[in-house]
Amino acid sequence: MAELAAVVGIGQTRYKTRRGDVSMAGLLREAVDRALVDAGVEFADIDAVIIGKAPDMFEGVVMPESYLADALGAVGKPMMRVHTAGSVGGSTALVAASHVQSGTFKRVLAVTYEKQSESNAMWALSTPQPFAVHLNAGAGGYFAPIIREYIRRSGAPYNVGIKVAVKDRLHGARNPLAHLQLPDITEQEVEDSMMLWDPLRFLEACPSSDGACAMVISAADSVTGTKPPAWIRGGAMRSEPTMFAGREEVSPRAGRDCAADVYAQAGITHPRKDLDCAEIYVPFSWYEPMWLENLGFAGEGEGWKLTMEGATSLDAGGDIPWNCSGGVLCSNPIGASGMIRFAEAARQVRGDAGNHQVEGARLAMGHAYGGGAQFFAMWVVGADKP
Amino acid sequence: MRDIAVVAFSQSICVADAGAVNEVELIMPQLQAVYDQLGLASAQDVDFVCSGSCDYLQGAAFAFVAGVDALGAVPPIRESHVEMDAAWALYESMLKIRMGHADSALIYGFSKSSPGELPIVLSQRLDPYYLAPLWLDIVSLAALQARMLLDRGLVSEREMAEVVVRSRRNAMANPQAQLAGEVSVEALLAEPAFVAPLRRTDCCPVSDGAAAMVIATVEQAQAWGKPYALITGIDHRIENHNPCLRDLTDSVSTRQAAEAAGVAGGAVDIAEIHAPFSHQEILLQRALGLGGDTVINPSGGVLAGNLMMASGLARVGEVFRRIVAGEARRGVAHATSGPCLQHNLVAVLEGV
Repeated sequence: MAELAAVVGIGQTRYKTRRGDVSMAGLLREAVDRALVDAGVEFADIDAVIIGKAPDMFEGVVMPESYLADALGAVGKPMMRVHTAGSVGGSTALVAASHVQSGTFKRVLAVTYEKQSESNAMWALSTPQPFAVHLNAGAGGYFAPIIREYIRRSGAPYNVGIKVAVKDRLHGARNPLAHLQLPDITEQEVEDSMMLWDPLRFLEACPSSDGACAMVISAADSVTGTKPPAWIRGGAMRSEPTMFAGREEVSPRAGRDCAADVYAQAGITHPRKDLDCAEIYVPFSWYEPMWLENLGFAGEGEGWKLTMEGATSLDAGGDIPWNCSGGVLCSNPIGASGMIRFAEAARQVRGDAGNHQVEGARLAMGHAYGGGAQFFAMWVVGADKP
Repeated sequence: MRDIAVVAFSQSICVADAGAVNEVELIMPQLQAVYDQLGLASAQDVDFVCSGSCDYLQGAAFAFVAGVDALGAVPPIRESHVEMDAAWALYESMLKIRMGHADSALIYGFSKSSPGELPIVLSQRLDPYYLAPLWLDIVSLAALQARMLLDRGLVSEREMAEVVVRSRRNAMANPQAQLAGEVSVEALLAEPAFVAPLRRTDCCPVSDGAAAMVIATVEQAQAWGKPYALITGIDHRIENHNPCLRDLTDSVSTRQAAEAAGVAGGAVDIAEIHAPFSHQEILLQRALGLGGDTVINPSGGVLAGNLMMASGLARVGEVFRRIVAGEARRGVAHATSGPCLQHNLVAVLEGV
């Protein structure tokens, strides 16, 4: 029943620690202007604007979309602000797509950003709340015990995370937009970096970035631009509470259910075989093997073997490259990180991924997660019109 | 496009300070109330859930995450959240139903504004480079707008007081209202200025609480066998943020949304207008094109009780309630967001 929709324009900023040279609006406009040019449209051609970002405390501006309306060409149009924690970049893409898939609009602009240098994310994540587990040490401290449980269950060797850290940084070295540019990184260097949250070392964690990502999403009869569209073949979201008795935290059910939903929509029965590549939210190295299992690319306890075999590495000629753009481990403007995954999946099937292009990619997945690995957003995009 | 109906609604009793009750505890009774109206067991019985809230009102990043605790644990649900009034969560939910990914949706909005100073907190919503450093609070901004209306002779202080009198009187029949009673225009005009030209009575109260709604396709509504009201039109538009760059004596975005929602397509029996300040009700009534035949804010509106992040949704809920009660056949609901009515949503509801 849903109308067919496609990504017809993508724009991103270069990701870096601090963009002191631009305002928030200026940062967003870099990505938005590039997306509009990519789609061959102007603001006048956009029916609605959907914006997403992670907590307002990351910049210290309450509901900043109010102030950004003018800069984003939204005046006189509908504008919506999505906030679903770390998965928000993916959720924003899906909410934007629903504006078109519902038949309500022909062409919408989706944009996400984070300008983390304006504030301190570690502080923003650590404000104590009554009757809730207090996080003093940011996200890594929350996820480290869950990773240790994964290692205990799977018997994975100690260096799987190290391998992922190197692999994604080598991917990122192919992507001129990536924040971390570490073309000479070695496993020894990662192993020797400071242990932050055992078993996560400094070089196994994502950076903190400023940046924005935008997409133009069109109805099938309104496709523009000179590049091939990336057809949206499926989209799904799932949520579960942070804590409840018996919660499976290593492989959350919300992630498994979300993947099953999006695969069913896209006609995927064997993700490793059916998909050509994937952009998966891996902010800490060990989440690659964990998500390989959660998303059905490998059996339970087997995910780390794909990593160790090089199956997820573009450089090793793997059969299912993950995060060819360098992923979250190379660039992490939190509110945009999910949309970057969705957009990079679209770039792959448009054949427009530059030096990190997977040869002949036809079907790709974008994935985002947030909160205590409890909010999930995923989509599958394809080169072929369904 | 599929017809979509409102089938259940509930909101908290508006209180200035909910005390030790936390956000989840504010939400849960309203969810239970809408489940009870339809005979549902839990959020598992709808296809999609969407909420509206604001982190800064709770003073924490990801404050809305705890809201998910109100929905039950397993299995995981299809769920989304807007950092906006829940009226926009309603909008997102309608898109989900229109695209065929859901036949029903649960929507809720909530806030507990009492621990902070709301006008000051929301001053940090302004342009961070030019306006926010001035700590210009939202009451002062509204006062500037009222001053412009008065100076141009578009509104009188007496008319503003009449809005308050009617709000308080209507609120006497609304058990959820925070401020209700018989007051006279003369008594109000004798009150001192709060932020001139606004008197305290021209400003909405700040209330802690939540509101919840269930919408569904007509087929699903009929399967539930409960009375419902159709949402026959809905649209929202935003304007420039900077108050110097738009005409504060009009609401262009409300006019645009009203036209797109089809307000003028029939007689409007009632209208619930989200006007946090008395002069804004007059301004919005004009922008919506509503005449003397329309009963404005029969609930008392937000001048009688103002659930931040849920007041817009509650306007839709109030119109729904009156239509299914047979008090109106066709009604308009309006929600606003941003300083001086920057962003406005208009919905038209009709009985069947």
